[in-house]
Amino acid sequence: MNARTLPLLATLAIFLVAYAVCYAQFPAMLSTRVIGNLLTDNAFLGIVAVGMTFVILSGGIDLSVGSVIAFSGVFIAVLLRDTGLHPLIVFAVLLVVTTAFGAAMGAIIHGLEMPPFIVTLAGMFLARGMAYVFSIDSVPITHEFYDTLQDLYWLMPGKGRLTLIGGTMLVVFLAGIVVAHWTRFGTNVYALGGGAQTAHLMGVPVGRTTIAIYALSGFLAGLSGIVFSIYTSAGYSLATVGVELDAIAAVVIGGTLLTGGSGFVAGTLIGVLIMGLIQTYIIFDGTLSSWWTKILIGVLLFAFIALQKGLVWLTSRERRSPAGAR
Amino acid sequence: MSAAGHLLRRIAPQLVTLAATLLLIAIVFPGFFEISIANGRLYGSPIDILNRGAPVALLAIGMTLVIATKGIDLSVGAVMAICGAVAAAAITSGMGLVATLALALGAGLACGLWNGLLVSVLGIQPIVATLILMVAGRGIAQLITEGAILTFSNEGLIFIGSGAFFSVPMPVLIWVLAGALVALVVRRSALGMLIEAIGINRRASTLAGINARVLLIAVYMASGLCAALAGIIAAADIRGADANNAGLWLELDAILAVVIGGTSLLGGRFSILASLIGAMIIQAVNTGILLSGFPPEYNLIIKAAIILVILVMQSPAVRTTLIFLRRDKTSSQSETEPVVQ
Repeated sequence: MNARTLPLLATLAIFLVAYAVCYAQFPAMLSTRVIGNLLTDNAFLGIVAVGMTFVILSGGIDLSVGSVIAFSGVFIAVLLRDTGLHPLIVFAVLLVVTTAFGAAMGAIIHGLEMPPFIVTLAGMFLARGMAYVFSIDSVPITHEFYDTLQDLYWLMPGKGRLTLIGGTMLVVFLAGIVVAHWTRFGTNVYALGGGAQTAHLMGVPVGRTTIAIYALSGFLAGLSGIVFSIYTSAGYSLATVGVELDAIAAVVIGGTLLTGGSGFVAGTLIGVLIMGLIQTYIIFDGTLSSWWTKILIGVLLFAFIALQKGLVWLTSRERRSPAGAR
Repeated sequence: MSAAGHLLRRIAPQLVTLAATLLLIAIVFPGFFEISIANGRLYGSPIDILNRGAPVALLAIGMTLVIATKGIDLSVGAVMAICGAVAAAAITSGMGLVATLALALGAGLACGLWNGLLVSVLGIQPIVATLILMVAGRGIAQLITEGAILTFSNEGLIFIGSGAFFSVPMPVLIWVLAGALVALVVRRSALGMLIEAIGINRRASTLAGINARVLLIAVYMASGLCAALAGIIAAADIRGADANNAGLWLELDAILAVVIGGTSLLGGRFSILASLIGAMIIQAVNTGILLSGFPPEYNLIIKAAIILVILVMQSPAVRTTLIFLRRDKTSSQSETEPVVQ
């Protein structure tokens, strides 16, 4: 056990303890139905959180994803309403658009040497504004292909349904784990998070990697938008406001350092599930008000950041003490 | 160059932008500059911009100081909601106006203290440290108002939002006074320079004998106090505390105002006056789009375009390229000269 995996293990432990507490109070929580719903309800958040994990691992931040999800929903809904295109073609066009959008932000961040915070803030305004331009009202999606997509599920033992979108999230997480830990791109992302200058001296193509990271985040935000549109059967420009903050919170709770360079994609999945679990518990309880979700997530955020700080402090002290003894 | 000349040169780009924005609105909407006095209060579109821009202007004052230390305060919107909720809860429970205001401002200071402690003592990145309160703060505000919109009818408190003093609307008076006070304190003492020193290099400033820890906490508390003022104004304006929507996304507008004001997010030099003009530019764009009958959907796209232009102007990469190009020209000239000789 080392300092790198400790935050991940702590997150896992907290998730298991929290689930055990929920189970002790409501035995029904352990059924595959609840688990299936947990995956389905948080699918769009999970997918976008994978992209956010890569961005944060590289030491950046992407505030635009919530707006991009809303834009995707409106884009799909309006295109399906006004043209006779098949949803699959619309999906493909959308993914190209959002990937290019992310890549453009990455290019600006790298080319102009500006902080990602303000560049993606502009992206956030732009994407939300484009969504408004397409339609201010909520546009329903009534394509029959959507009905088939919504009806696709795999019946788990115990009559729980692993829906298409829940399954998509798990696949995205698996792909994210593979890309982060077993490809050159993943290694480059970690190197970039350790320090752009160091990475550059090591021969990491900083510009190309930065652009690819934000393009990936844009692609996953688009995919998340597709999933969200399947989930709600509508496109609404005011939807998913603040999802970027939920995604960042999930990444931090999942044990990824916001300074970059250290963390796991798998941790983010647990972070998303912990946030979903809090919501499920509040629904099960019935007497707790919804604002406790926000407060609890805030408390969890603080707990995890404090834990990480403590770990960093401990390891740096360990490293320093033998040097001082000599 | 004199101090006034320096200042004018510093804020010239912002002034030009503001003037251009106002002129553009006046072209689209004649009669924009008409100001009238009715019921002992100034009316007119320019006054409206000053009045509506009060919350963002107040937030921008605190945000400028925070950003100058290389920090950022994402929680100000949530702090606005908390302080509005505290004020509404206090006044409806029968407390006096002074006690209510003291309590609300105290809540803002406490929020700032929390942020400051996280940033300076625990050493957490400002963006994360303030994210905690941003997420939890709205929950806390809803806890105080118990999820409902808490309305009140205390004349004194409402006066802060919609009253007028010597025919100047109270919100305008408050942000102008607050801005002048902070600018005076910061620039007439060494405080401003110390804040800039922290923003440029905290380690070096600590080594130079600056108490960075205390100063950082003070800066975040100032930001909390400004957010509290903005929260009270927002609540008094609608005569109720709306925990869900009060100050929603205003932290982004405030950050934008500071960036438009030419203060770099990378810390260091700052100008409160320029940030305030930045806040007015944002409000002028908002009001202008409303007045001109332009669909409000385009508001965000215009904002994004403005940020992009400012980014390009502020970008260190563009600046170094420009300097490089200039130097290249002069050096190539000096190289050819000896050949001629």
